[in-house]
Amino acid sequence: MTHTISETLQGNRKLAFIARNWAAFFLLGFLILFSFTGKGFLSITNFQNVGHLAVIAILMASAETFVIITSGIDLSVGFVMGFASVTAGKIIQVLYAAGEGLSPGISIGIGIVIVLILSLIPGLVSGVLIARYKVPPFIATMGMWGITNGIALKICKGFPVATLPDALTRIGNGYLIYFKPGEGLSFFGLPPGVGNESIREYIRLIPNSFIFVALVLLVLWHLLRNTTFGQHTYAIGGNEEAAVRAGIDVKRHLIKIYVLSSFIAGLAGIFNIFQTGIGNFTPFGAMYELFAVAAVVIGGASLMGGKGRIFGSVIGVFLIAFLENGLLISGVVPFYRFIAVGLLLIIAVVIDQLFPDLL
Amino acid sequence: MDYLVETKNITKRFGGLTAVNKVSFGVEAGEIVAVLGDNGAGKSTLIKMISGVHQPDGGQIFFQGKEVDIHSPMDALSMGIETIYQDLALAENMNVYSNIFLGREKTKKAWGIFDVLDSQYMYDESLGVLDKLNIKIPSLRNNVRTLSGGQRQAVAISRSIYWNAKFLIMDEPTAALGVAQQHLVLDLVKSLKDHGLGIIIISHQMHDVFAVADRLIVMRRGEKVGDLKKEETNPDEVVNLIVGSESVV
Repeated sequence: MTHTISETLQGNRKLAFIARNWAAFFLLGFLILFSFTGKGFLSITNFQNVGHLAVIAILMASAETFVIITSGIDLSVGFVMGFASVTAGKIIQVLYAAGEGLSPGISIGIGIVIVLILSLIPGLVSGVLIARYKVPPFIATMGMWGITNGIALKICKGFPVATLPDALTRIGNGYLIYFKPGEGLSFFGLPPGVGNESIREYIRLIPNSFIFVALVLLVLWHLLRNTTFGQHTYAIGGNEEAAVRAGIDVKRHLIKIYVLSSFIAGLAGIFNIFQTGIGNFTPFGAMYELFAVAAVVIGGASLMGGKGRIFGSVIGVFLIAFLENGLLISGVVPFYRFIAVGLLLIIAVVIDQLFPDLL
Repeated sequence: MDYLVETKNITKRFGGLTAVNKVSFGVEAGEIVAVLGDNGAGKSTLIKMISGVHQPDGGQIFFQGKEVDIHSPMDALSMGIETIYQDLALAENMNVYSNIFLGREKTKKAWGIFDVLDSQYMYDESLGVLDKLNIKIPSLRNNVRTLSGGQRQAVAISRSIYWNAKFLIMDEPTAALGVAQQHLVLDLVKSLKDHGLGIIIISHQMHDVFAVADRLIVMRRGEKVGDLKKEETNPDEVVNLIVGSESVV
């Protein structure tokens, strides 16, 4: 009998546990470190802010997790988000017509539905190219990377789409619980009669964005872990030939994967207008797709496919997000963030090479 | 005599080359037949016509007494003809029971709405088939990557058995295995006879062939040059047939 690394690791479950969850341990370590070095880092307000600002990255990373498990890559997520954001903005702007047109609720509702349907298209195109025409995922999604960005810029003519209903940011940046000791408690908004000027006196807990992202993550986690869809995703990444021989319709499944990824990017675009109140195109330097890939790899996935977890990818996002926030609060110049992310990526890949059997 | 799988004058040409020329042979249920031959003798082509990879240019294939057309590997699978490939066709990143149920996962309803994987069922059923075949695997929850080569072969074979394979085609089942692992696989193959399966083994290892096969078919230059019962022959005669200094049909 030969001894594989896994057998050795089975004798040492602690080491295996640490190797599998190193990113979580790093995150914990950084949280402790920054609590000492950064004034105001360790506070509910700061943590909620970091989480709120990380929502888009979390969505991107979970979309990318599915794609990377099949040993693909989706470079278009960042610009699909921008496309979704400006298109939704434009539709809502036209329908709402600065208060002259339809009610905010109906305008927003129609905008969301249309854009979520449209956001399936880029993924459908890349998926068909990849699955049926054997175009490498890198190239197919790079095509959609350019096309969606071009369409987004055409729609908004290079400027963010503004004059949208206030309801957007009220919901997008709102909280579940507003609480002031001795005065009162209310949900989804300040108590009636309390003006917006005294909002800082209230303790605000659980941003609405957390509820939104938690629901999305729950669905995606369930999909990947507990369903046939998830099993087939892992099988295709592990051994595509085996998946074919097991009777799985691999082509169809790959198309679904890229459509799902694109849909989640569309969801991120919708969230984006709720967060900022305007329809934003994605700036070229944003590199959402690369940070998403970085987070997924740091979270334990392998670009070779077959490996990856939603939970791991979320840890990867938070590791990057808290690094940025912690370095900033500690007074370190922001560009160290890139160095830190680079180092983490290298650690992730080395760990993947040393412990290929960890899943 | 009733054959489980039988070919009559089956022929396959690739351009001007006749890879398999009018070969007739049969395999009974509960019988292990070894196909031997030098490289290029046509044994792989012969087998691939039964597994659906190649379509014959002439002749007939019978399965359970009825003539069949096998257009694709999926056709073969749906009849119960399974091929155990050298590269095993297992997803190494997944655990044992997920592999046994790959593509045919068992689901159950959660809260009456969602279809979720019924892991416990798949685990229990997999354990059942492994026990039935007397295969020892440390844990069915381990990834296949952590198993030895012989154990992986055993998992691949038990998957076919679980899904009611009637006829197994094994291409070099012991290649790239250690001696102990070879024994494990050969013992398993022998035990499959008791379950009424027909088995074809392609092998270069004369030792394996004489250890498990009931009958030997020797191919040379696309033709069948020998069809011998194991008891009535010996390795020397078989080698002579393979290299072409003798012919016994």
